[in-house]
Amino acid sequence: MLKDQDRIFKNLYNDLGSDITSSQKRGDWVNTKDLTNKGRDWIINEIKNSQLRGRGGAGFPTGLKWSFAPKEVGSRPHYLVINADESEPGTCKDRDLLRFEPHKLIEGCLIASFAVQAHACYIYIRGEYFIEGQKLQAAIDEAYDKNLIGKNAAGTGWDLDIYIHYGAGAYICGEETALLESIEGKKGQPRLKPPFPALIGLYGCPTIINNVETIAVVPTILRKGSKWFSSLGREKNTGTKIFCISGNVNNPCNVEEEMNIPLKELIEIHAGGVIGGWDNLQAVIPGGSSMPLIPKEKCETLTMDFDSLMAEKSGLGTAGVVVINKDQDIIKCMARIARFYKHESCGQCTPCREGTGWMWRMLERMSKGEATRDEVDMLGDVTNQIAGHTICAFGEGSSWPVQGLLRHFKKEIKERNKFDPIVKENKNIPYLVDQHLLDKNA
Amino acid sequence: MSLKKPAKDQPENFEFTSSSLEEAKNIIAKYPEGKQQSAVMALLYIAQRQNDNWIPLAAMKYIAKFLDMPYIKVYEVATFYSMYNLSPVGKYFIQVCTTTPCMIRGANKLVEACKEKISENESELSKDKTCSWMEVECLGACVNAPMMQINDNYYEDLDKEKTLKILESLLKGETPKPGSYRGRINNEPENNRKTLLDLKNA
Repeated sequence: MLKDQDRIFKNLYNDLGSDITSSQKRGDWVNTKDLTNKGRDWIINEIKNSQLRGRGGAGFPTGLKWSFAPKEVGSRPHYLVINADESEPGTCKDRDLLRFEPHKLIEGCLIASFAVQAHACYIYIRGEYFIEGQKLQAAIDEAYDKNLIGKNAAGTGWDLDIYIHYGAGAYICGEETALLESIEGKKGQPRLKPPFPALIGLYGCPTIINNVETIAVVPTILRKGSKWFSSLGREKNTGTKIFCISGNVNNPCNVEEEMNIPLKELIEIHAGGVIGGWDNLQAVIPGGSSMPLIPKEKCETLTMDFDSLMAEKSGLGTAGVVVINKDQDIIKCMARIARFYKHESCGQCTPCREGTGWMWRMLERMSKGEATRDEVDMLGDVTNQIAGHTICAFGEGSSWPVQGLLRHFKKEIKERNKFDPIVKENKNIPYLVDQHLLDKNA
Repeated sequence: MSLKKPAKDQPENFEFTSSSLEEAKNIIAKYPEGKQQSAVMALLYIAQRQNDNWIPLAAMKYIAKFLDMPYIKVYEVATFYSMYNLSPVGKYFIQVCTTTPCMIRGANKLVEACKEKISENESELSKDKTCSWMEVECLGACVNAPMMQINDNYYEDLDKEKTLKILESLLKGETPKPGSYRGRINNEPENNRKTLLDLKNA
């Protein structure tokens, strides 16, 4: 288990208060000036050496992302955007950081803005987190009062303004380019990449977008050194991470732990075990709803980091661990996730707009045992038609959980759905013809 | 994609009150000059709050003029995002999360409670016209599942009994205390905390 002194978020449970005086006691805003005095290149290099990977789901190396920002500010200003549009089912870490560690985030914003030469920073908070947003706004006001941000922020000689922008209940706005569209006052529909936001982003200007947790750990990494951070976890999967353990466990909780922690330790020690005992475990979704589930057999030895989960054909994602025990109907659980994606598809690309609905309806039927035998393979086919054929990663995100279900629970689905196909397969009919419109005996 | 239709009965006119107007101007000042369109989401929120928690078409037209942008662009935004109510909802607007993490901890019981106390169908006003409820997607408090949101507040760690109690006090016109209803502090593991214990006892 991670030692308490190595934990970055000491106020995760709000034992100490989130106001500026108690934050300063914990070490926030102490000599921020000394950090920025060491220069941009030093900051970016330290972050690169720490091997910090983005905490928002994709796990892109943060230092590398920062280095994509143009070295010289041209005619267009640079922007820093913080993604606090946390809507992935199973994830609720950013909410606690906004509520209880706002000054870590604000200080991180200052350092990151300095590193990528931005004078304005927008924090995009999901609309439902209105109370959390107000707490962050109060912390921002405190920071302005103490001259920690604003003109010559914290004596660093850098000017920085931080603004909050509320979303309005669209999951897709967590996708970085959709988020930019949303800040610009449009529908949140993702943009084609390239051009990447680092060159053409908000208002067509160079923009760096990071998750709340990524930015909030930056000041601590710089203070304690990249060596300390990279000594935690393992190569390329370094540092600590907030895990959200929800679902059928005795004590659902958020906890900061070392990367590469065994899943079993996370569930048994921190979350008080699976309801009904470890043997009652059915499957675990390891990283928020869009990551494929992992069946019990593999959970015994699984360790939680980006690469080891990738090897299991899943992913760490946002580290929202959803535990599903044997009292639950796994097909129904996945059908509900499919309904979530059907609801949240932005409607821009046809495969996703239509396909998410298909997947949901098929899974609903399968959970009731109303589907035919051939539909199981058809469902797999539909997921393959969506993944990789859309502008943004929503296509993958919506089809991976279904693919995970098919990979590990195909037997259960087939046992429940035994109807003969409604239409007999006719090899002479072209693939794309709507089979259900044909005469039964054709 | 959520399907939303504007209400049939629409007021003819809409204007910001002086306090809304001031708030709107402060928000526009957050964005660079000429990019006032960015403020459209916040302005729709202001309109919604001013107009009993829903946005009439007249307000969209007003905001379009206010921000110097086409009306259809405002309409697009208002219909795209799920938190803008385009038809009247109750003064107490209850949103029950039913996505998988909440579902496997019994969110359907919360829905049952709402059906019993508020109205048989979603988005339907209760008998006394003060409350309405709907099922929504993940509200981002999965560790505190099952949960629901009433206006801006989160009510966490619920079961059917507790939900019924909360709804009863709402119908009496009280605002119940938000937060966890199992008495736990924020997101810590109840009675099982293994981390940061020195700070807890400090």
